[in-house]
Amino acid sequence: MRSKVSSEKSITEPNVKRSRFNIKGRNLAGLALAAVSLSACNLPTFGAFRGATTQGQNELHLWQGFIITAIFVGAITWGVLFYAVFKFRRRGSGNIPKQTHSNVKWELVYTIIPVLIVIGLFAATYVSEDQIDAVSSHPALRVTVVGFQWGWKFEYPGGVTLVPNGSIYPVLELPKGETTTIKLISNDVVHGFYIPAFNFSRYALPGVTNYFDFTPTTTGYFQGKCSQFCGLYHAEMLFNVRVVSPTQFNSWLSSQQKKVTA
Amino acid sequence: MTILEEQLESHPEGQAHHDEPRGLYLWLTSTDHKIIGKNYMYTSLVFFIIAGAMAMLIRTQLFSPNNHFVSPQTYNELFTIHGSMMLYLFAGPFAFGGFANYILPLQIGAPDMAFPRLNALSYWLYVTGGITMLLGFFTASGAAAFGWVAYAPLSSATNSPGAGPDLWIVSIMLVGFSGIFTAVNLVTTTFYLRAPGMTMFRLPIFVWNMFVTGLLILIAFPVLTAALIMLYVDRHFGAHVFSVAGGGIPVLWQNLFWFFGHPEVYILALPFFGMVTEIVPVFSRKPVFGYKGLVFATLAIAGLSTGVWAHHMFTTGTVLLPFFSAMSLLIAVPTGIKIFTWIGTMWKGQVEFRSPMLFVVGFIFVFTMGGITGVLLAAPPIDFATHDTYFVVAHFHQVLFGTAVFAGFGGFYYWYPKMTGRMFRENLAKLHFWVTFIGFNVTFLPQYLLGLKGMPRRIAEYLPADHYTTLNRISTIGAYITGAAFIIWMANMWISWRKPIKASDNPWDGHTLEWATTSPPSHHNFEKLPPIRSQRPVWDMNHPEYADWANPDGHDSSQPEKVGER
Repeated sequence: MRSKVSSEKSITEPNVKRSRFNIKGRNLAGLALAAVSLSACNLPTFGAFRGATTQGQNELHLWQGFIITAIFVGAITWGVLFYAVFKFRRRGSGNIPKQTHSNVKWELVYTIIPVLIVIGLFAATYVSEDQIDAVSSHPALRVTVVGFQWGWKFEYPGGVTLVPNGSIYPVLELPKGETTTIKLISNDVVHGFYIPAFNFSRYALPGVTNYFDFTPTTTGYFQGKCSQFCGLYHAEMLFNVRVVSPTQFNSWLSSQQKKVTA
Repeated sequence: MTILEEQLESHPEGQAHHDEPRGLYLWLTSTDHKIIGKNYMYTSLVFFIIAGAMAMLIRTQLFSPNNHFVSPQTYNELFTIHGSMMLYLFAGPFAFGGFANYILPLQIGAPDMAFPRLNALSYWLYVTGGITMLLGFFTASGAAAFGWVAYAPLSSATNSPGAGPDLWIVSIMLVGFSGIFTAVNLVTTTFYLRAPGMTMFRLPIFVWNMFVTGLLILIAFPVLTAALIMLYVDRHFGAHVFSVAGGGIPVLWQNLFWFFGHPEVYILALPFFGMVTEIVPVFSRKPVFGYKGLVFATLAIAGLSTGVWAHHMFTTGTVLLPFFSAMSLLIAVPTGIKIFTWIGTMWKGQVEFRSPMLFVVGFIFVFTMGGITGVLLAAPPIDFATHDTYFVVAHFHQVLFGTAVFAGFGGFYYWYPKMTGRMFRENLAKLHFWVTFIGFNVTFLPQYLLGLKGMPRRIAEYLPADHYTTLNRISTIGAYITGAAFIIWMANMWISWRKPIKASDNPWDGHTLEWATTSPPSHHNFEKLPPIRSQRPVWDMNHPEYADWANPDGHDSSQPEKVGER
């Protein structure tokens, strides 16, 4: 199946941006992340999407780590604030309290601890971002997505082009478990290619060509939107995503390609 | 200990100024920093009310899915002008035009700003700019409708034709020059017009923050003004700075805009941090905790803020993510230091919840959450998932409404007696706070969830199938509650105007020099100044037994108790 999809590669461009980091580094990072993901599976999503791609799930785990840290830091800060507000409330006329100007020990504490937290958050971000942004050199499929005022065009291998049809939004078909590289461009204004369920968005920017990978893990329909304001009908610039099994995908693509040649 | 007030040589007692114009003519021609400051404040509050009314219309449109309360074109104009007015015409000018103009010379014991005529020019450029922006609604094509960020190429002559966008560009240029002139004034005044004894490390934190804000304005605003000129030349004289067709680079606009835009966030925040740092000590009856740490935190924020702009561009695929992520995470540290400094100031104090303090504690509460969600957004992968959604809208409203409205109205109530010589009704002010606080949280907390559910910002309508309806309805109701709070505030001001209660010169037992003069201050501010031998000259004068000048550098040499011990 993989060879079937890959054989279409010659039609698309060969220059895919390579990941900036070596394989060894990624493996190490992968190990660290695997350890995190094992424990992260049982965590709540804190309002976010589970992520229907490996990249999206990776983002979810980073989100979970961040939001747990955030709740922890927020609870301490609010806790100390409320304690101060209630404990040191002026009652009656009140005496003049001790005039303390500074306390270097505590000032160092509330400087150094945040620095350490920030270093930890940055390390986690760096690892996660490197994986989410990685672009495969041998993807199973390459699709070109064009954002325009106000719709999306999807170009598949073999001249298959999907555009909005009246009030029917175009559907981005993706094979489950395979890596698809999306090439994203715009020829008019800036658009935001956004699939909430994939926890991902990227600008379609005139003058810039963006590449990124999706490896869907769940079959089904998902909503796609334009996130970056692009003019009058920005709100109506929608699309759908359908993730199907590789077999179904191939038969769909073949039938579409036949329509083109017919 | 007896403290003698020092007579000012330049203003001998009893010499009145008979040649001053009066009434409307005075307001139009004055170069007095207090009158210009009040002009700025009233004007910015009018813009605040207009932009707030636009927010009500925006929220009404989003009350129901597929709503047709306003057309998409009108909706786009409304959020564009709402954002532009709130940021360019309210939050900034309210702080560095209004408060800073009025309070900064008083706090350093100066008779006026360094360049009074330039100050008047700033104000008139600002008013002209504001009116120019509003005039866009009266053009055939309507007002600008490309968001307050005016991303190229949506802001090009092809994509946004008409006079409305041009008026917007010219308006921001005028306001930009106004800001630059004000910044020159603030920085020069702080350097050269400090009263004898007022060393840099005795400056009130508000003055420090306004000084650093001035520096940031001088770094950021010229970049915006230059970018606007390029945009205007693109639109009218066939240049192609931002268009691909002519070999230009659209993403250059984003870089230039955010190189202004992120320092701008701190230009809007630092003055209000300064107000908070004035209010918390006075209502805790303690000096600022960790003064020097705060000053260095402010300088660190200013420095870092010039290196974080591309966190607005994480999803463009054109920026070095780790660098901007690290810088954006790092800026949370000095901001956190400020929050802990405020709590440290309250610690073991005598905290009194008069309305200014209530607003300030509300600010710390809201801003803490807004700051923390900012840290989440500093991670590029999390930004990929939430960029341009209501999560970001909720985040920046917590930060900006938190500073400009909660801290801003804290400052407003705090200095109102000084500026007008009148007291407001305390109960109404407290009611104003509680209604604002409830309304604000009901409006913006649901927006975090909407963002996580994938609702993009700036959409004029959504579908019933999106399941955004309930949260949007809650948010809209919250917006109406917030709107109602400002009717309470206006009523309070009206009552204070019609049935005045005279304010004393120092109603809050203040620490800094503005409380040493009359309420409102005389034409040249001070007839006499107390000796300035610490950061709190007025406190030293009124509480000689607790005066800071036993430890003039602000260090507590004895330290029998440790603050922050728990």
